[in-house]
Amino acid sequence: MSQVRVLVGTRKGAFILESDGKRERWNVSGPHFAGWEMYHLKGSPADPNRIYASQSSGWFGQIIQRSDDGGKTWLQPGTPPGEQPTPGPPLAASNKFVYDATAETGKPLTTHQWYDGTQHPWEFKRVWHLEPSLTDPDTVYAGVEDAALFRSTDGGKNWHELPGLRGHGTGPKWQPGAGGMCLHTIILDPSNPQRIWIAISAAGAFRTDDGGKTWKPINRGLKSQYIPDPNAEIGHCVHHVAMHPNRPGVLFMQKHWDVMRSNDAGESWQEVSGNLPTDFGFVIDVHAHEPETIYVVPIKSDSEHFVPDGKLRVFRSRTGGNEWAPLTKGLPQSNCFVNVLRDAMAVDSLDKCGVYFGTSGGQVYASADAGDSWAPIVRDLPAVLSVEVQTLG
Amino acid sequence: MIRVILPQHLRTLAQVRGDVEIEVNGQATQGSVLDALEARYPMLRGTIRDQITQQRRAFLRFFACEQDLSHEPPDAPLPDAVASGKEPFIVIGAIAGG
Repeated sequence: MSQVRVLVGTRKGAFILESDGKRERWNVSGPHFAGWEMYHLKGSPADPNRIYASQSSGWFGQIIQRSDDGGKTWLQPGTPPGEQPTPGPPLAASNKFVYDATAETGKPLTTHQWYDGTQHPWEFKRVWHLEPSLTDPDTVYAGVEDAALFRSTDGGKNWHELPGLRGHGTGPKWQPGAGGMCLHTIILDPSNPQRIWIAISAAGAFRTDDGGKTWKPINRGLKSQYIPDPNAEIGHCVHHVAMHPNRPGVLFMQKHWDVMRSNDAGESWQEVSGNLPTDFGFVIDVHAHEPETIYVVPIKSDSEHFVPDGKLRVFRSRTGGNEWAPLTKGLPQSNCFVNVLRDAMAVDSLDKCGVYFGTSGGQVYASADAGDSWAPIVRDLPAVLSVEVQTLG
Repeated sequence: MIRVILPQHLRTLAQVRGDVEIEVNGQATQGSVLDALEARYPMLRGTIRDQITQQRRAFLRFFACEQDLSHEPPDAPLPDAVASGKEPFIVIGAIAGG
């Protein structure tokens, strides 16, 4: 019997929502890590019981949590609960994210562009996104603020930067978006273990073809009016990128403004906003079985972060963009002014494809029919930061 | 024996209730107390002071004996009442919500 497990990160804790394949009745557990900002939780494709979670706080900093039993119990990697300390230095390094500025591994890059155009020191703030390896449960990537990519190969105990990204040359020109200078998107290519895509606000999208040693910007075709050269190589506020695992050359992007598509692994991009009521937004995702079916949630504007006209509408394109239709059945169509953040949409791989998203108002909506109809799983959580889904069994 | 009072979130992380009691080798200072605390509860590394710079996190304060010790040097001796365990060393979050 198939099951789905929805992992929800919120401003005040994490929640796990579980259902059978019908996706009608849900068990809700949580809050886990109550009171902490849970930016992201994601399960390992190689071991669904292995879940990584980013727990953070403006007061107490970054914590990495890991579950090895599907979210029933958690530990800070390297410091299992109740373990007696051994002599010597403290073992816990799971929240130690140290930028690599050594000459051996990268250029000693120490500053990036601040909001006012001056240079500003690189400072670790939090982990925005955790992307477990497709094949090894102990390997996981972390996208952090200030933007950098880290990797752990020991289940989250120790983290090491892949410094070629910051060191490739454009780093001093990267600047923070309104939410900070975050590396928020990590996509692993199932057909090529050496290829990874990442995206940064507000620097743009980047790709490596050699396992993270070297990187190049892939932003040709993006246009952003808020930078001096709208067609610049970097500086674009990419909000999210999605890819269908069976077609890794095709990428879909929700930029600050504009919905974009690339048919050549990011070498070039074309706008596919088409008839959307507004092409500002954060989330974008792809149907699990139909690589040309994509979903976005248009947001009114960059100064009004809520859905337009008081209507919560998911827009679906069955043509890979340009032609969009609103999905409204079961979603509030009046007096609704929520936002849906960049990591707060996910799809399961059941037939029919399930689609899930969470809102700044604390609702998590689910569709068990690819978006034709929706129902809330929960209505009153803290503001939702991220939603991921595991399809089990 | 030195008593340390942690904010609720850090008690949860360290899986302790109430005050924490720790032994400090040598003179009791902010630095030696935090060293001992992190050695006993390694899950607190990085939550009170930066892992690299060892500087106090910006939104945390250190109080003891009705004094704000947040800006004292890390190697300054703590009050005798703290060193003897009569008064606790308090780690407290800045009062700004949370």
